[in-house]
Amino acid sequence: MSEATVREITYLEAVREALIQEMRRDPNVFLLGEDIGVYGGAFGVTRGMLEEFGPERVRDTPISEAAIAGAATGAALMGMRPVMEIMFMDFITIAMNQLVNQAAKIRFMFGGKASIPMVIRAPAGSGTGAAAQHCQSLEAWFVHVPGIKVVAPAVPYDAKGLLVTAIRDNNPVLFMEHKLLYRTKGPVPEELYSIPLGQAAVRREGHDVTILAYSVMVPRALEAADQLSQEGIEAEVVDLRTLKPLDQATIVASVSKTGRVLIVHEAPRTGGLGGELTAVVAESEAFDYLDAPIRRLAGRDIPIPYNRTLERAAVPQVEDIVAAARELAREGR
Amino acid sequence: MEEIVLRPVLDPAVISHGRQQLLHTLPKERLAWMLQKMCEIRYFEEKAEELYTRGLVHGTMHLSIGQEASSVGSIAVLRPDDLIIHHHRGHGHTIAKGADLKLMMAEFLGKECGYCRGRGGSMHIADIAGGNLGATGVVGSGIPTAVGIALALQMRRSTQVLLAFFGDGAVNLGEFHEALNMAAIWKLPVVFICENNQYGMSGPARTMCAVQPLSVRAVAYNMPGQTVDGNDVLEVYQVVQAAVERARGGEGPSFVETYTYRWRGHSKSDRNVYRTQAEIEEWKQRCPIARFKQVLVEAGALTATEIEAIDAQAKANIERATEEALACPEPSPENLEAEVYAP
Repeated sequence: MSEATVREITYLEAVREALIQEMRRDPNVFLLGEDIGVYGGAFGVTRGMLEEFGPERVRDTPISEAAIAGAATGAALMGMRPVMEIMFMDFITIAMNQLVNQAAKIRFMFGGKASIPMVIRAPAGSGTGAAAQHCQSLEAWFVHVPGIKVVAPAVPYDAKGLLVTAIRDNNPVLFMEHKLLYRTKGPVPEELYSIPLGQAAVRREGHDVTILAYSVMVPRALEAADQLSQEGIEAEVVDLRTLKPLDQATIVASVSKTGRVLIVHEAPRTGGLGGELTAVVAESEAFDYLDAPIRRLAGRDIPIPYNRTLERAAVPQVEDIVAAARELAREGR
Repeated sequence: MEEIVLRPVLDPAVISHGRQQLLHTLPKERLAWMLQKMCEIRYFEEKAEELYTRGLVHGTMHLSIGQEASSVGSIAVLRPDDLIIHHHRGHGHTIAKGADLKLMMAEFLGKECGYCRGRGGSMHIADIAGGNLGATGVVGSGIPTAVGIALALQMRRSTQVLLAFFGDGAVNLGEFHEALNMAAIWKLPVVFICENNQYGMSGPARTMCAVQPLSVRAVAYNMPGQTVDGNDVLEVYQVVQAAVERARGGEGPSFVETYTYRWRGHSKSDRNVYRTQAEIEEWKQRCPIARFKQVLVEAGALTATEIEAIDAQAKANIERATEEALACPEPSPENLEAEVYAP
């Protein structure tokens, strides 16, 4: 890939570029969701796309999340490649039956004779002051459902490359976009490229402690790692990128190397993905290399509060990661 | 403001003479086929019930005995390349859509050669290649999916249509409302067929639904709606045919309520405590198969001997399919994880 075509664009623009380029490439790809046409989407992701692709392929829907998910599922069953937008991930609750009982099950329960190639784009996460019903991170529910894949990019490069792969995947893929990441910038090639699902990325190498993170916790973990480095603690930051399928090999290799693991996510601690990641480490050969207990730093077990200070206190911040990693690095020495 | 009224799919005035006309305009082979499918459905379900009692069928099943006119009358209208989607009381739809009876019975028996290779069972039979896009076991869940199937047909400028079958129990779900509205605003090529067998498990439609007849719901979605005698295969045919023509012509969806009755319980656990034996017996007197046979003979469309032969053939088909299905191998529990995701 020639350097000249790599520009700094935002995560939001990267998502849009993946959609546009895939729609130009494959006439089966189309978008549906609430206010994605003239309005351009609640966060502006699909802005300008109606003009290029028209109302049939950038399809505004009524406020009917179950029917949106059903329309995507049925169209996918027919071989189309719908990309449905759930305006806020919280609203996916209304679509759960279609996603969990239909989209995820059809292939298996029909004996492998059908497939459901669809993408569910879901802006998730807190930090915008939108309170309890517009800020959730519900990935653990979907990771728990056989038949659905879950992707949670942290950087613009991945947002584009992973979305392209998600659209081409022959299964339902939940694509979590963090609202706070939409305005972050990073290098993204103009050309179409894809990143395989199920591959984590080591964002920063280190030998003292492994930080497992995804989505918005990746830039926070990297910032924390810079601070820790000044104290002489070198953290290795692993960006999971895909939550299902999970790149267990990269996790196990990193933890085996550092002997310490801090798992960081925004979603509430209890029943969160951190428990699964803990088990992955504990059941692997990395367990023998652990110098300290596995540690989780997750969102508190509360609905996301409105007030700025309370909201900030609800989920891990950079200073929380620094403190937890510092403590962990000193344990068992 | 214009007065909002229920628009029928087909002018009720044409139905009664249309029924007689059909007996003469439909090819004899077609009428014979309809009768054969109705008989096959009846014998298939009776056989499945027997196999269940003998412990050969695992789980449960939702029999549509008594409702054969609704599935056959609707599906008889279709072109071979048209599509259906349906729910767990869907054995009739599957057979009417041309399922291979052996593969279907093999699925009931949980065999590897079954339609779903023993992964789906009686509630989830799909025959994708045959245009049967599958049965859903969650009441009403296929209705939003139907929107997507019909949307794909429309986006591809196909002339195929979709029949979406569900029961009276489905009309009180939010998904029903969301889906019918969406299908209507986009004028999708789908016919919604509500088979009102009068009970959602134990809940009577007459007390669980605020509005009767259920076809009135169509008004809310600005689509034609009509309640038909669901035990009269020719009446079902006529109205569904009008709805299918409308869908194929790009005029959008319709809502047809086929008013019928299930003779058996909701599933195998049903003790029929919510209805009387007298009611069940009364509806058995309105058997759609006996009725069709009588009409065919009276109109001279088929002779009594021909009808007897069709009936016997249907029974023999089920017996043979069952024997063959019983001989199929069991599936292996190995590598099931590899099947969850498409490559």
